[in-house]
Amino acid sequence: MTSVAPVATTPGGSTPSRSGAAGRPSAAAWLVAVPFLAFVGIFLVYPTILVLFGAFQDSNGGLTLDNLTTLFTGVVFDAFVRSIELSALTAVIGAVFGALLTWAVAVGNHEGMLRRVVVAASGVLAQFGGVPLAFAFLATIGFEGLVTKFLRDNVGIDIFAGSAWLFDLPGLTLVYTFFQIPLMVIVFLPALDGLRPQWREANASLGGTSWTYWRHVGGPILTPPFLGALLLLFANAFSAYATAAALVSQGSPIVPLQIRGFLTGEVVLGQENLGKALGLGMVIVVSIAMGVNVLLQRRVAKWVR
Amino acid sequence: MGSLVKQRVLRTVVLLVLGIYFILPLIAMAEFSTRGKGGSRSLESWTSIVDDEGLMEALVNSLLLSVTSAVLMLVLLVPTMAWIRLRLPQLQRLVEFLCLLPLAIPAIVLVVGMAPLYAWVNYFLGDSPLTLTFAYTVLVLPFAYRAIDAGLAAIDLKTLSEAARSLGASWFTVLWKVVVPNIRVALIGASLLSVALVLGEFTIASLLNFDTLQVQVNLLGKRNAGVSIAVSLLSLLFAFVLLFALSYVGQRRRQTVVEE
Repeated sequence: MTSVAPVATTPGGSTPSRSGAAGRPSAAAWLVAVPFLAFVGIFLVYPTILVLFGAFQDSNGGLTLDNLTTLFTGVVFDAFVRSIELSALTAVIGAVFGALLTWAVAVGNHEGMLRRVVVAASGVLAQFGGVPLAFAFLATIGFEGLVTKFLRDNVGIDIFAGSAWLFDLPGLTLVYTFFQIPLMVIVFLPALDGLRPQWREANASLGGTSWTYWRHVGGPILTPPFLGALLLLFANAFSAYATAAALVSQGSPIVPLQIRGFLTGEVVLGQENLGKALGLGMVIVVSIAMGVNVLLQRRVAKWVR
Repeated sequence: MGSLVKQRVLRTVVLLVLGIYFILPLIAMAEFSTRGKGGSRSLESWTSIVDDEGLMEALVNSLLLSVTSAVLMLVLLVPTMAWIRLRLPQLQRLVEFLCLLPLAIPAIVLVVGMAPLYAWVNYFLGDSPLTLTFAYTVLVLPFAYRAIDAGLAAIDLKTLSEAARSLGASWFTVLWKVVVPNIRVALIGASLLSVALVLGEFTIASLLNFDTLQVQVNLLGKRNAGVSIAVSLLSLLFAFVLLFALSYVGQRRRQTVVEE
């Protein structure tokens, strides 16, 4: 690394970093980036390409669209519909209740204990919940859970009278709110913190009520970040696997569990690459949600400035 | 002032209802994991955590992985990102894109592509669970990138490194003695995030058939729910402590910035 020409290549030192003080970097300068690029190439780009291209291959490696057309038929298509429904529903529930919780935290003391605890707990549940969350639910409303037993013994209601709903879509919806609401808090808190108290005071001094404030000031400002968070929550629920996998051991109602089926050996001959097509389908859905979000925020950035 | 009272009432209701909603499962976990025979209370589930050899082995694997993944992440990202800011701004966009790419590719999809890759990894490096370090470093990239990028943006990297270089420091010395100490808060943040993420990871470990903490907890739950629930509660609390500590680390940074 010492062969690289020293500071002489940075005249004045005042050039902004984006345009680059280095001018034309020497070959040795590029070498520093090699380990990172090699690692990411092997362990991120290669597996991604394997999935995306594999979706277009038959079992002999020939080009085919069969895998993709299968996505629109039978159980696979149903799983996509259910996954999208589950993600949309839990995104809306998570966004609404999460926004309320965020507001309740944001109006409080910024350095206070309540805020710290809620933010840290939200981080845990939103990003690292996974399997423990499934067991939290077994302990609460599983067949022998605390709430189940309480209702059965003291109130006389058997919450499992109809079916084992906890281990199917209704159960997943309930469990998913436990990481969707916290994710909303993390994503939405910076937006609420951005509301300046002066705006509220200006509204009040001009004779406005709480309603006019939210209708004409808070609401319009918070709508884009709210919609952005909604899309992020959707993508998050759509990608989630661990909680569902730990809870649902039989059947594959949603796409991630279908992919599990392909990986653990329930593969029909001639459909080896169908799992990759499912993966491609998931990437497309997530990318659409993220892409819309980027466009939305870019539009906002234009007129906020 | 009527609206202020209304606001206070609504705030209390929201905090109370959602507070109960989120705390109830924790109480249920504590209750369930201390059930004994015939309605009595017992700590058997908790004491048998330590006796379960499979579980302990998996815990050691996960702890080792959290260290190796954090180290690999730092070794790959810090020099590269600092160097890009100093000498290779052309690569800025590409590296950012690559680091944020895992956000668009669900882990369950990534594992489909990693399965054949890991056949090779295990052929060359053996089938130790520690080979998961590679996969986990990829998962950690987006979070680590953001933390380190914020850290680098907050210091005057160019001036600092030029000063060190003009005093005869090698690039390695600049990195180790100037860059790293100046962004250490960001590095601690990135490391804590990656530790929490690795300890909670299930998708990739379970589908590549490696024995980690969450995989064991899930397996164990099939025959002894009490122990699994006890471990789940422990791991949630541990992650909470990590992130709670993180909130103070962030605050220290803000204060030092103000002082400067």
